[in-house]
Amino acid sequence: MDFQRRWPSFGAMAACILVLAACGGGAAAPSTSPGAAAPGTSASAGAAGSPAASTAQRIGGSVSVIGSWGGSEQDSFMAMVQPFMDQTGVQVQYEGSRDLNSILSTRVQAGNPPDLAGLPGPGVMRQFGQSGKLVDLSNILDLNQMKAEYAPDWLTLGTVNGKLVGIFIKTALKSAVWYDPKNFTQVAGSTPKTWNDLMTVSNNIAAGGKAPWCIGLESAATSGWPGTDWISDIMMRSAGPDKYRQWYDGQLAWTSPEVKDAWQMWGQIVANPKMVYGGVQYVLTTSFGTAASPMFANPPGCYMDRQGNFITDFYTSNNPGVKAGTDFNFFPFPDINSQYGDVDQVAGDLFGMFKDTPQSRALIKYLVTPQAQAIWVKRGGALSPNKQVPAGDYPDQLSKELAQTVVNAKTPLFSAGDMMPDAMQKAFYKAVLSYVQNPAQMDSILAGLDQTRQSAYPKQS
Amino acid sequence: MDRLWLAAAVVAGIPLLLVGYITLAEGAVSRLPGRGSGWIRPWLWLAPGLFFITVFLIYPTVGTLRLSFLGPDSTRPVGLANYVFVFTDKSMLVALRNNGLWLVLFTLLTVGLGLLVAVLTDRVRYEAAAKSLVFLPMAVSFTAASVIWKFMFDYRPPGTPQTGTLNAVLSLIPGFQPRAWLINPPLNNVFLIVAAVWVWTGFCMVILSAALKGIPSEVQEAARVDGATEWQLFWRITFPLLGSTVAVAITIMVVFALKTFDVVYVMTNGNYDTQNTAFAQYEQLFVNHDFGHAAAIGVVLLIAILPVLAFNLRRFQQQESTR
Repeated sequence: MDFQRRWPSFGAMAACILVLAACGGGAAAPSTSPGAAAPGTSASAGAAGSPAASTAQRIGGSVSVIGSWGGSEQDSFMAMVQPFMDQTGVQVQYEGSRDLNSILSTRVQAGNPPDLAGLPGPGVMRQFGQSGKLVDLSNILDLNQMKAEYAPDWLTLGTVNGKLVGIFIKTALKSAVWYDPKNFTQVAGSTPKTWNDLMTVSNNIAAGGKAPWCIGLESAATSGWPGTDWISDIMMRSAGPDKYRQWYDGQLAWTSPEVKDAWQMWGQIVANPKMVYGGVQYVLTTSFGTAASPMFANPPGCYMDRQGNFITDFYTSNNPGVKAGTDFNFFPFPDINSQYGDVDQVAGDLFGMFKDTPQSRALIKYLVTPQAQAIWVKRGGALSPNKQVPAGDYPDQLSKELAQTVVNAKTPLFSAGDMMPDAMQKAFYKAVLSYVQNPAQMDSILAGLDQTRQSAYPKQS
Repeated sequence: MDRLWLAAAVVAGIPLLLVGYITLAEGAVSRLPGRGSGWIRPWLWLAPGLFFITVFLIYPTVGTLRLSFLGPDSTRPVGLANYVFVFTDKSMLVALRNNGLWLVLFTLLTVGLGLLVAVLTDRVRYEAAAKSLVFLPMAVSFTAASVIWKFMFDYRPPGTPQTGTLNAVLSLIPGFQPRAWLINPPLNNVFLIVAAVWVWTGFCMVILSAALKGIPSEVQEAARVDGATEWQLFWRITFPLLGSTVAVAITIMVVFALKTFDVVYVMTNGNYDTQNTAFAQYEQLFVNHDFGHAAAIGVVLLIAILPVLAFNLRRFQQQESTR
């Protein structure tokens, strides 16, 4: 009889599922709400090709966007699109998730993609681009203007089979080591220029009974990524850009001496409990965003944090009163092999278009403009790939320097994890966590990654 | 806003559609000459159900079975390779082991604690309040509960303020060193299970408590008159009478233990040897895009659940026949 009593709840569950399915279907249907009242307006806006939103017409309707930003980053994105919404009357429906890859690939497979999406990286973009899911932006954006405003490296990264399918709206410099100048100069003197200097400084601090580094690897479904950036920084400087590219393209084995060396060099820091604040337990359980907070404590818990420039946003929001320049500054990740001195690890947020609608056209045209990108730049935490964004828009001297580093980078190399296919990237993340927990298992962990490498990359035909 | 309207329309529309169908079908049947309507009526009533079961249950099951014998992109047959993977891959073996752990611990704890609370609160004045407290977590989604418990198990290095409830409480004991509960296998699995038990104990308690109220008090009084102690009363009278309900609770919990995904995904993301088969399936499907592996895991899970379902169905039929 209990069994019978439960049936109504199953019925309710089924109803819920039906509703969910219906919601999903609703998102797939092209939005025809207010725009339908004035036919023609949307078409003319699409053809106008005006670069800035200031001249855009009111087209109404809505555009769905999914991305990986949450918290203050999401606030910044919404602030960035606010003028667009005010001027065009288009509602931007943003949805953020750290597990962007899974959500995006599910929705694309189900034939229910968002109009626009922030793509997790060039690697995944290539997968979508090759299967023809992304709209070619060369017909939508003014290519000559893009070439004038964007550095060629950024445009190449968004190109698949000769089609521009992804465009950066925000970039980051990842080869940076952050420190609190007041405390750091006391224990270390000047900033290190080479890896050996860096290790000497680290060892000196550790010998004084303090932890030199703060590292946090926790990041929900993408836990482990900060470690992959560490290994990228080391790998590109120890083995050089060519080997580095071969490695993320799946042509260099994980068990090769170059890759193994990079892991071991990082291991000198992360696997040594004297080198990292809180030891392995802290490294594995602490979110990358809050990991470096002990750097600003009194007395400081650690002295250095290797992280992308977006971390400054976390510093200021997690530690009230902390100011750029006086409380934190950065030095470039030091050289390892002097032969490969000019490399910089960069990253960025790509936008791709899954559905060509007047609204999504208008939004992507707006997002690449210097006016739009300046909004996030002013709020802090972002560097613009658009050269037209005036240096004066950066909130402080520090971010101005960062922006110049990115713009002038001789050999910008994208974070390896983001260049790899989905499955390889996730396996890399997981391997970082296993390695930190069991450094002695390195060989079997790398062998496991090689196994994934066999199946993760598309077969060359 | 559009979506809300759509959802409302679906909620109201589907029942309306079904009622409309039944009215029409009945109308049509009643107009048929007398002899035909006899056998056609049950089928007309069954048709919507059969349609939904075929589309949403039988078709996907057969499809999954087919995919499980094909390669990652479902183009070429690979024989039993996907099943070999499920039972030999190192990470899959950990996942299967963890499922075993969940099966035993989760089921024992939810049903055991549920029974305990149901029996202990049965005749106290504050019964409603106590049961509400235990049942309350059911109102929280599994995901939200996992987030809550992630905070409970939070770790901060020794010497800093402990923000995780468990470490904060244990720090009151002199000499206790805070622990990172969720990263050290195999014990971290137990902490995940604890979070799930917190949610589902209330469910077991409610159905067991309802069954308990259904036991005629004459039986218990008769036993007391015969001089049975409360302990004997419970094990010899109450528990056997609750038997069928306990069995139902166990089967439901077993099914939940086998298919748990949310807790693992939110609390550890399957790292540190906490992955279970449902999580492995998610990973194969959405990260590795390997449809063959994912389908094979799904089929294995289905086969594992079948005996439980068969048991439940047989019980149901027995009850029906004794009515």
